[in-house]
Amino acid sequence: MSSPAERKMMVEDLALSFGSVQALSGICFTVYDNEILALIGPNGAGKTSVLNCISGFYRPKGGRILFKGKDISRLSTTKRAQLGISRTFQNIELYTGLTALDNLMASRHIYIRYGPVAGSLFLGKARREEVKNRAEVEEIIDLLELAEVRHKVVESLPYGVRKRVDLGRALALDPQILLLDEPMAGMNVEEKEDMARFILDVQELKKIPIIIVEHDMGVVMDISQRVVVLDFGTKIAEGAPEDIKHDRKVIRAYLGKQAKPDREENEPVSA
Amino acid sequence: MWRPCGTFDDTYEKDVTIMRTAAQWAVTIAGLVLLGLLPFLLGGGLITTLNLIGVSVVSIMGLHILTGLTGQISLGHGAFMGVGAYAMMMLMNLTGFSFWLAMPLAVLTSGLVGLFFGLPSLRIKGFYLAMATLAAQFIIPWTIINVRPDLTGGTSTLTVDAPNLFGFAFSSQQRIFYLVMAFAVISVILARNLQRSKVGRAFVAIRDNDLAAEIMGVEIFRYKLLAFFICSLYSGLGGCLLAVWMGAVNVDSFLLHESIWYLGMIIVGGLGSVPGAVFGVVFIRFLEIVSQSIGPPIAGFFPDAIGAAVKSGISPFIFGLVILLFLAYEPRGLAHRWEIFKHFYRRWPFSH
Repeated sequence: MSSPAERKMMVEDLALSFGSVQALSGICFTVYDNEILALIGPNGAGKTSVLNCISGFYRPKGGRILFKGKDISRLSTTKRAQLGISRTFQNIELYTGLTALDNLMASRHIYIRYGPVAGSLFLGKARREEVKNRAEVEEIIDLLELAEVRHKVVESLPYGVRKRVDLGRALALDPQILLLDEPMAGMNVEEKEDMARFILDVQELKKIPIIIVEHDMGVVMDISQRVVVLDFGTKIAEGAPEDIKHDRKVIRAYLGKQAKPDREENEPVSA
Repeated sequence: MWRPCGTFDDTYEKDVTIMRTAAQWAVTIAGLVLLGLLPFLLGGGLITTLNLIGVSVVSIMGLHILTGLTGQISLGHGAFMGVGAYAMMMLMNLTGFSFWLAMPLAVLTSGLVGLFFGLPSLRIKGFYLAMATLAAQFIIPWTIINVRPDLTGGTSTLTVDAPNLFGFAFSSQQRIFYLVMAFAVISVILARNLQRSKVGRAFVAIRDNDLAAEIMGVEIFRYKLLAFFICSLYSGLGGCLLAVWMGAVNVDSFLLHESIWYLGMIIVGGLGSVPGAVFGVVFIRFLEIVSQSIGPPIAGFFPDAIGAAVKSGISPFIFGLVILLFLAYEPRGLAHRWEIFKHFYRRWPFSH
């Protein structure tokens, strides 16, 4: 798994601070092609901060992020989206006033080629582009089983469905790498199973690497190929899910110093 | 989303259309024909009001795009109309351009001025941006009055010649009606199309969640400025038509209270809806007439000393009351009522 062609993204020595608070320091990891990499750690470990640095929300203080061999750490968020870095959000940051369909169509923004004048006339070219991109979006609607809510305004949709629309919107960008920030947060077991299936489907279909931040250890252990563990802004472990389960440092980070190693058989769920 | 009974979209092309059935086309065409016949059916006073409504519809499409879709509150809408009106008046009176040459140039001027005053939106939003546009609302009339009163006329009224199209002079309200309504219909169509296009979606994305929009590849700065530019194009055109409607320009038509009235119109109509914006204009303009006509009788109940104050205060009072009632009881505006009504008649006589 180490030939350079297969390395999709490399995070090198990433550091981030807010004033005097060191949020991240010395974070290094590699994302290989076509894998699901889980990013875990106790609350406040810096998982979302890493995602925010990759997608361009935060400007890291030090280090580099290489995507397909190119340093992207100075690029604007919009440029990164154009390179195919797409994400979902922990708190579902959808466009609440648009329909589910238009939320997805809004992600096709970078692929739709016409200006405001053509848009105002809505003839020929604009109409063709809309229809063409609509077909792309409908593929995703099929995949995520969103057909029933297609024309519903997102505001009116239940939480679980909005999470799915959020995933759909990230997919509509036709990403080269997908960042999922707690896709299962606040879901019941059934919804979690559905979401896990959708994530695996996406990975199989699109053949892209996925970085997933998740608190549910059962899900993480089941669907990820590798796990990176953060605690207090530093990386404390990396490896296959099985190895991570037995890692002393990880168990200590989650359960405290007194924890006996065998406690982890009950799956150390943090939150 | 409710469709007329029996219409099914079997292609994506059909799904993006607005006019779905032959009946919709028929109603629209009949409506346009009726609109064209109105000057023959109605009295002069009513036509004058309808013309003002038409002018306001053109102008409100700009505010609909800027505030309704993009979520950037503008308190300078009246001033941007003023830029259009004054630019056209000066081009016509000083350089002798015809309306058809001066009007597009004036609209473009207004667009550029709007673009300039939109620059603060790159750094600030919400109330702070509203304050920045309020600055435009004070700077522009001040400039008109003070900088070159020899050219702009200062506070006095300067006349504007009636536009002339192939020898047909738009010199009476009956004739101006056709000019204004043509522009109003075109403006509504263009604005509605823009809303369903890529650009409209980007605008709403910025309104609803600007951070997510940026992450998903929308160039926020470019689109905010574009919204300001398009808004000012429409308001500039509205200003030009207002000048034609009055046959003159006066800076009093472009002051802060006008901007507030326009904001009131899109609130009453329902933010983010083209039909809503049109309803809002019609509603508020007729409300203005009603409140002016009930002013004197109500003032009669009061002693003379305060009667005059009551007479002049009744219109803003009713306006404020209506806005309050709408915000409290129907924040989604007349557009929402219209949707409910459409559902009702499409399902009638069944309850659901």
